[in-house]
Amino acid sequence: MLQNLSIQVKGLQKSYTNLHVLKGVDFEVEKGSIFALLGSNGAGKTTIVKILTTLLKQDGGTAVVNGFDVALNPENVRQSISLTGQFAAVDEILTGRENLIMIARLRHLYDSRQIADDLLKRFGLMDAADRRVSTYSGGMRRRLDIAMSLIGKPQVIFLDEPTTGLDPEARIEVWKTVKELAANGTTVFLTTQDLEEAEQLADQIAILHEGRIIAKGTLSDLKKLFPPAKVEYVEKQPTLEEIFLAIIGKKEEN
Amino acid sequence: MEAIKRHYFSDMGVMLGRSMRHIFRSMDTIITVTIMPIAMMLLFVYVFGGALQTGTKNYVNYLLPGILLIAIASGISYTAYRLFLDMQSGIFDRFHSMPIARSAALWGHVLTSLVSNAISVVVIILVALIMGFRSSAGVSAWLAVAGILALFTLAFTWLAVIAGLSAKSVDGAGAFSYPLIFLPFISSAFVPTASMPGAVRVFAENQPVTSIVDSIRALLSGQPVGNNIWVALAWCVGVMLAAYIIAMRVYKKRV
Repeated sequence: MLQNLSIQVKGLQKSYTNLHVLKGVDFEVEKGSIFALLGSNGAGKTTIVKILTTLLKQDGGTAVVNGFDVALNPENVRQSISLTGQFAAVDEILTGRENLIMIARLRHLYDSRQIADDLLKRFGLMDAADRRVSTYSGGMRRRLDIAMSLIGKPQVIFLDEPTTGLDPEARIEVWKTVKELAANGTTVFLTTQDLEEAEQLADQIAILHEGRIIAKGTLSDLKKLFPPAKVEYVEKQPTLEEIFLAIIGKKEEN
Repeated sequence: MEAIKRHYFSDMGVMLGRSMRHIFRSMDTIITVTIMPIAMMLLFVYVFGGALQTGTKNYVNYLLPGILLIAIASGISYTAYRLFLDMQSGIFDRFHSMPIARSAALWGHVLTSLVSNAISVVVIILVALIMGFRSSAGVSAWLAVAGILALFTLAFTWLAVIAGLSAKSVDGAGAFSYPLIFLPFISSAFVPTASMPGAVRVFAENQPVTSIVDSIRALLSGQPVGNNIWVALAWCVGVMLAAYIIAMRVYKKRV
């Protein structure tokens, strides 16, 4: 049982002065799966990510990542994980290639240039490789950010709101990357407030509300919590997103 | 833990390389740091110099040590600024969630400050040479001057680290260095302290800059340094240790 779990969280508690953010959070994440933590702004999603990535100490409860307790063996946890924070954690003054080489060196990998080249190709950043990141678009920055997180092949990747602020096209690109990661056996822990994102990506979904997980399971588990669907006839209107993507798609065909 | 210790210096090297790139890609910061003290040197030598009574024939010689300290005091404010931006941008969160020693990131900034201030000091000395600065100092005296300046830079850079870590805004991170830039004015850097009125003179004679300026001036002119150099070293080491301990405490609290 333990062998198949990447993350185990039990009774996690955290308070900031006057604010009880986490009031006993429990969940487990299976190895190689995509786990989505859903919650509104300020629900404490980032706090959980920070505790799991050893940036913050919990007040109570335990959290085990890749078999190591985050409070007792933070160094071992750091060896196994990678964090892509809410704001793209890239160096704006360096080029994309330099950012990747820097992280590869900090992970003490010898062929840092080769690693950078491979990732630049894989993430479609080859043309922009030697430009400063300050000239990148939001989507390119996010792609570089995720590419940096893959260096050293961490077993668990944390993505804190990976598509917030991205345009629909860039969002779909990020989704594709996340799916590929999980297909290769990496565990992906992502937070989002976008329900569609959780629906698209996650094997398991947990909903964080007022400091507790109020529901968790697969999408179909969660759907069972609702009364059975009634058949109604509704005229299907395209969403603005569908219209946007259709128009963009047409342009590119021309 | 072992692995982290083994890689400490290579991690620090990567961090140093990173922030040195930042400096060389924003040449305006180096220009600001060197132009202001050079302009001050020109102003004091060619405009006020004739009217100042310092008891020396070569006012550039008299002035240079203070100008160098002003350059360093303004240079370190960029350390606070860059550190603040790193804390804001989330790149520190990335570093801290990686298996590298946490203080390597701070040391990267501190060493960068040492290198970039050394560059501006050399540029200013070259300009001073053109303006007529001459020194009879030998190699050992120059090494002693370099050592004092390096210690001064380290001490004040750690102060800048505290400012950078605890600032609430970019302006706040940079503004702390203004009082430091003014310290040389109320010291023996421009005029002898003997000409100052009571309370100002007491302050001037007992603040760190005076003993540092007097030591460097003595070393450069081949005079005996006397007790000044010990007072100067005590100030530098004392400020450095205190600032280092506080900075590390603030850092641990922030991360």
